[in-house]
Amino acid sequence: MATTLSLKELSKKEDLFTHGHRMCSGCGAPIVVKQLLLASDYPIIASNATGCLEVSSCISEYTAWKIPWIHNAFENAAATISGVETMCRSLKKQGKIDKEIKFVAFGGDGGTYDIGFQSLSGAMERGHEMLYICYDNGAYMNTGIQRSSATPLGADTTTSPAGSVIKGKTQPRKNMTRIMAAHGIPYVAQASPAHWRDAVTKFRKALEIKGPKFINVLAPCNRGWRSSTDDAILLCRAAVDTCYWPLYEVEDGVTRINSIPKEKKPVEEFLKPQGRFKHLFAPGNEWLLKLFQEEVDREWERLKKEAQEAVSDKS
Amino acid sequence: MKPKGWKDLPPGSVITRPGSATEFKTGSWRTFRPVWVPENCIQCLFCWMYCPDMAIKVKDGKREEFDYDYCKGCGICARECPGKKGQKAIIMVEEGK
Ligand SMILES: Cc1ncc(C[n+]2csc(CCOP(=O)(O)OP(=O)(O)O)c2C)c(N)n1
Ligand code: SF4
Ligand code: SF4
Ligand code: SF4
Ligand SMILES: [Mg+2]
Repeated sequence: MATTLSLKELSKKEDLFTHGHRMCSGCGAPIVVKQLLLASDYPIIASNATGCLEVSSCISEYTAWKIPWIHNAFENAAATISGVETMCRSLKKQGKIDKEIKFVAFGGDGGTYDIGFQSLSGAMERGHEMLYICYDNGAYMNTGIQRSSATPLGADTTTSPAGSVIKGKTQPRKNMTRIMAAHGIPYVAQASPAHWRDAVTKFRKALEIKGPKFINVLAPCNRGWRSSTDDAILLCRAAVDTCYWPLYEVEDGVTRINSIPKEKKPVEEFLKPQGRFKHLFAPGNEWLLKLFQEEVDREWERLKKEAQEAVSDKS
Repeated sequence: MKPKGWKDLPPGSVITRPGSATEFKTGSWRTFRPVWVPENCIQCLFCWMYCPDMAIKVKDGKREEFDYDYCKGCGICARECPGKKGQKAIIMVEEGK
């Protein structure tokens, strides 16, 4: 039986991702990994795309992982774990292993939305028994905050600097969760570490479902977001309350919103504490803030409609 | 030269000690130190769940002291701590004071 979903019971489990890792103080990514590992009562084998999580969790002979873990390259975390999964399937057939093992790939947004996209898309289409977790911090953080296709509109990064003419990134972010849902795989979801119960439930569900799964998890980076070291969870909550990062899942093509905020907060609540959006609050740039809000509203309305249609289709 | 088969290739770098990162103490990174005030603690364990550094010790489902060998002093635990009657059970103090 699975461990009861309470912090008290979960806290009795062994830390399979240990202290002593070298992610920055207050980084959101280790919280995501911790929640995934806590969710599982199965043995896990994981692959990791190059990025902050990989670089800082495994330095020379020091590893923070207590599970079998493999790093190959930046662009192929999905291909790598699909190979591991195939190998284990063969070993099982040969009678060399008998355990039920779960396969997980971790990738940053750069490694997922951009450079690892084709290997991820391929692994999903081939139907591997795997769960891909994207920890989305909205830029190539490990190499010094370069913009990715996950970087939000207007964000100041080293390759989309906010100046007197151009106000940060000129394009809105790509909707990766939707793109993964369009693969027609059995389970796709969006989660936030602040909503730990929702996140752990989704991880568990995904690990039980057969076939390829994808979960996109918001993972604040105080270095790149130019925020303070103590606000990772607070910002995740604000991202959900403003509907910037809605919590939803698409199971067998059916969309369900997991949490509808009682009162949808203005997007400022998410943007204001972050230095990368500072210029959005400067006089003369009101249009950009408005544009940002409109983007969020449009996507939220679309998502609600999609979820409503799913309900009426069923009845 | 005879071409190499995949079995002849070196396996890459292998670490055989799981969790060896624990030998690396990250507590020296701290500039602020969280201090636990047990009388305000309601044992909700939010601090434990949200700590990115697994630096809050829990035994039999009960919160114990901070693990200062690893705590980086980010302050997430203090921010998220509900405490009792508006009194936080974690306060941040500057290191060395
Ligand atoms: C093929 C290749 N190109 C570039 C790099 C350099 N590189 C290493 S990590 C990284 C950024 C990773 O960004 P992301 O996937 O978003 O993870 P994050 O560091 O933000 O957690 C880059 C560009 C690389 N390792 N391999
Ligand atoms: S740069 Fe950002 S993502 Fe990378 S370890 Fe630091 S806080 Fe985490
Ligand atoms: S200050 Fe940060 S690292 Fe230290 S115990 Fe609190 S949450 Fe963990
Ligand atoms: S968050 Fe605060 S009240 Fe809750 S267990 Fe931790 S110290 Fe105690
Ligand atoms: Mg990133």
